[in-house]
Amino acid sequence: MKEITKSISRRNFIKLSSLTGAALSIGFYFPASGKEAEVINLETAENLGIELNAWITIDTNGKVTITNHRSEMGQGSFQSIPQIIAEELEVNLNDINIIFAQGNNAKYGSQITGGSSTIRGSYKKLLKLSASAREMLMEAAAKKWNTSKTECYAENGHVIHKPSGKKFHYGELVQEASKLEPPKNVKLKLPEEYKIIRKPLPRQDTPLKTNGTAIFGLDKKLPGMLYAVVERNPRFQGKVKSFDDTETKKIPGIKHVLAVKMSVFSTFREGVAVVADTLWAAMQGRKVLKVEWDDSGFEHLSTEQLYTRMSESLKSSDSLSVRTKGNAEGIFQKSDKKVEAVYETPYESHSCMEPLNCVAHYQDDKLEIWGPIQGPDWVQDFLSPLLGLPKEKIIVNMTFLGGGFGRKAFMDYPHEAAIISKEIKAPVQVVWSREDDTTQGPFRPGMMYQCKGSINANGNIESFLHRSAGQNMDHQWPNADKKSYNGSATEGFLETYFNSLPHYSFSDAPLDAPIPVMWWRSVYASTNAFAFESFMDELAFKAGKDPLEFRRQHLQESRYHDLINKLEEVSGWKSRKKNEGYGVAIAESFSSIVGEIVKVSKKADGKVKVDKVWAVMDCGWYVNPDIIKAQIEGSIIMALGAAVTHATHFKDGKAVEQNFNTYKMPRITDTPEIEVHIMDNEEKAGGVGEPSLPPFAPALTNAIFDLTSKRIRKLPFNLEEV
Amino acid sequence: MASLTLKINNKNHTVDVDPKMPLLWAIRDVVGLTGTKYGCGIAQCGACTVHLGGTPVRSCSIPVSAAANKDIVTIEGLSSDNSHPVQQAWIAEQVPQCGYCQSGQIMAATALLKKTPNPTDKDIDMAMQGHICRCGTYPRIRKAIKAASQLMNQKASIK
Repeated sequence: MKEITKSISRRNFIKLSSLTGAALSIGFYFPASGKEAEVINLETAENLGIELNAWITIDTNGKVTITNHRSEMGQGSFQSIPQIIAEELEVNLNDINIIFAQGNNAKYGSQITGGSSTIRGSYKKLLKLSASAREMLMEAAAKKWNTSKTECYAENGHVIHKPSGKKFHYGELVQEASKLEPPKNVKLKLPEEYKIIRKPLPRQDTPLKTNGTAIFGLDKKLPGMLYAVVERNPRFQGKVKSFDDTETKKIPGIKHVLAVKMSVFSTFREGVAVVADTLWAAMQGRKVLKVEWDDSGFEHLSTEQLYTRMSESLKSSDSLSVRTKGNAEGIFQKSDKKVEAVYETPYESHSCMEPLNCVAHYQDDKLEIWGPIQGPDWVQDFLSPLLGLPKEKIIVNMTFLGGGFGRKAFMDYPHEAAIISKEIKAPVQVVWSREDDTTQGPFRPGMMYQCKGSINANGNIESFLHRSAGQNMDHQWPNADKKSYNGSATEGFLETYFNSLPHYSFSDAPLDAPIPVMWWRSVYASTNAFAFESFMDELAFKAGKDPLEFRRQHLQESRYHDLINKLEEVSGWKSRKKNEGYGVAIAESFSSIVGEIVKVSKKADGKVKVDKVWAVMDCGWYVNPDIIKAQIEGSIIMALGAAVTHATHFKDGKAVEQNFNTYKMPRITDTPEIEVHIMDNEEKAGGVGEPSLPPFAPALTNAIFDLTSKRIRKLPFNLEEV
Repeated sequence: MASLTLKINNKNHTVDVDPKMPLLWAIRDVVGLTGTKYGCGIAQCGACTVHLGGTPVRSCSIPVSAAANKDIVTIEGLSSDNSHPVQQAWIAEQVPQCGYCQSGQIMAATALLKKTPNPTDKDIDMAMQGHICRCGTYPRIRKAIKAASQLMNQKASIK
């Protein structure tokens, strides 16, 4: 970790204490660009125009308050951040109060909850800051007792004098401690000394979610707040030609009907908002609203057209080179033991259980927003130029998120709420119906992949060629360089393969289409890994090797061997029975490696059923094993949905599936038994929320091949029809 | 518009609403109990589940007029202090992730256990398959229902 200063400046600790009364405040700065947090001294901070974050505050009653700069969308930051802090600060977890930060990246650094980055991006600094604060409190106590710090220890929010047994609670020490210089070097605990980290402690937000008191975006109410629904162009980029609100205005409670135009990447989404005193009235008003659209000027594509274009671009020689080594194409051409396959994955809707919604109150020259938002600072940055308001005048408050999965990192719905509130001069909540949420995107991009590979005389891969075709999310932004290749084209591939494969070529053929696309849990890894790991299996078959053994012989580092050994051991891979199909897949994304084995068998009626999934997660350093287990279970079930139950199709430029009756979610009846194992090692922390999604689909189809000799190369597929 | 009496969690609320308004919106936006959630509006996901006359119903698909003067129980009425055995089991098994669908899941599980105190896996499937959880908490829901069943049986045997 690169540090700008050797220690945390004392002034960093106390800067905010004047604002909060006597309190010890600990802060640091997350660089927006870097991967890890940096401690930064105040002088530098001032030069950079950075205000330091009061991350942890201890008041005179000993109450610890943590400001959570990231959102809580189910992934558990609300629990894992306090667990880290409580460990080194030596406080009881129950004495920590956690509050949501407002958007402010000058203060907190990047706040985007994405890339499975919350813990891996901050844990080292959180440990160090907490330990520093503890040392300062101990020193303060030693001073009061006129003794040496070595005679004291900290426990449960107290400093205790060993020889006499005298104690101070932290609250009694904060004033004295805030005057001290922070320690230059603090010794952090070894993992075997942890009392709180690594423990499956229950989440603090659970009780709020079992009695209905957790406030999600949709639950936010303001005095005098109106409700808005928006009829948006179903073809994403069309314009409002005209609208007739005669019938709408006859409905009691309707207050306003107005055209709105939201920024969506480099295009606009137009619609007509119906505003009423109840959401129900607004919904009724929308039903009888007549809108005429202007849909000229862009293509109205169907799923067939989209995939035909991807398929054509896979065949053409025109593609962008992503990463190469050796002479893959030449070796492949000359080989007499080669495999070639094309894989296809669908467009998908995020379908968070909480549909998109946002409350906005625009007053004079300031805007305040409340909502289920993954990136409050992104909302500020996005809206500031669009509304002509300085960032400081845009206050963004996070609520709990009823799911996020990447969709709630996009800023169109706060924009919509802001525009409407400004126009109607009242606080307003914009609510997307389930149909809006399912049909409007941005979607996970559908992808096609062409894989080619050859096997040498020893049964090893000698060439590996991979070409992807599909929309590049980055190409949608204004002034995007459409000649740039997809930076995530190899996401999901095991890093170690880049060393062990002698010849490889990764290339990308971007598809230009007017369908808005965006991050969907684990982003491109969610689709890439289906191609990578299906193809690994096809190569293993060609080489006449056991799929697990075949992967093992290409893994050069012990970390990967440990993982594959664990997978083999827990799943009983070697002792599997004849009527059982076993499939394996391993993917690496967001700095974690996850291997999954799926077991399938045939039901009495001959149809295939998924019996069990074993998942082995190597995320390096970790906090709460139960939260990790929950994330893996959830990722597998979400991956199951994208593999066998749902997909978004397009017809005449519009999304076909509108609600859960046609966009069919996996349900409790579809859920197999899931067994999770977490590797213990000395590696750095990796992501947890996303990396276990990518391996599931290929592990499943590989298992089906093992059972039936039928190779599935296109998702989704119907398990009933295998 | 009509003036209706809604008996929610043993408390009477007089509401002046469009009688066709779904019960869900009357509970959330008129009475102000936001624990009951909107998920799909077409009775496909179960997030809006409440008990009407002791039976779990999809409040998004029932007009408020059909619920007038009947006993309605929402998540808030189960217990505010999480003392209900189903809530206890949900906490013990750490079921919720984002938590948005859980009010509906808990109301469905409570109704199941009232009717079937010792549910089999099949009973659980039947009662819970109408409920979607995008976070994928299904394995824990299954465990929590079994744990709640045990808790309730223990309580019953103490009595």
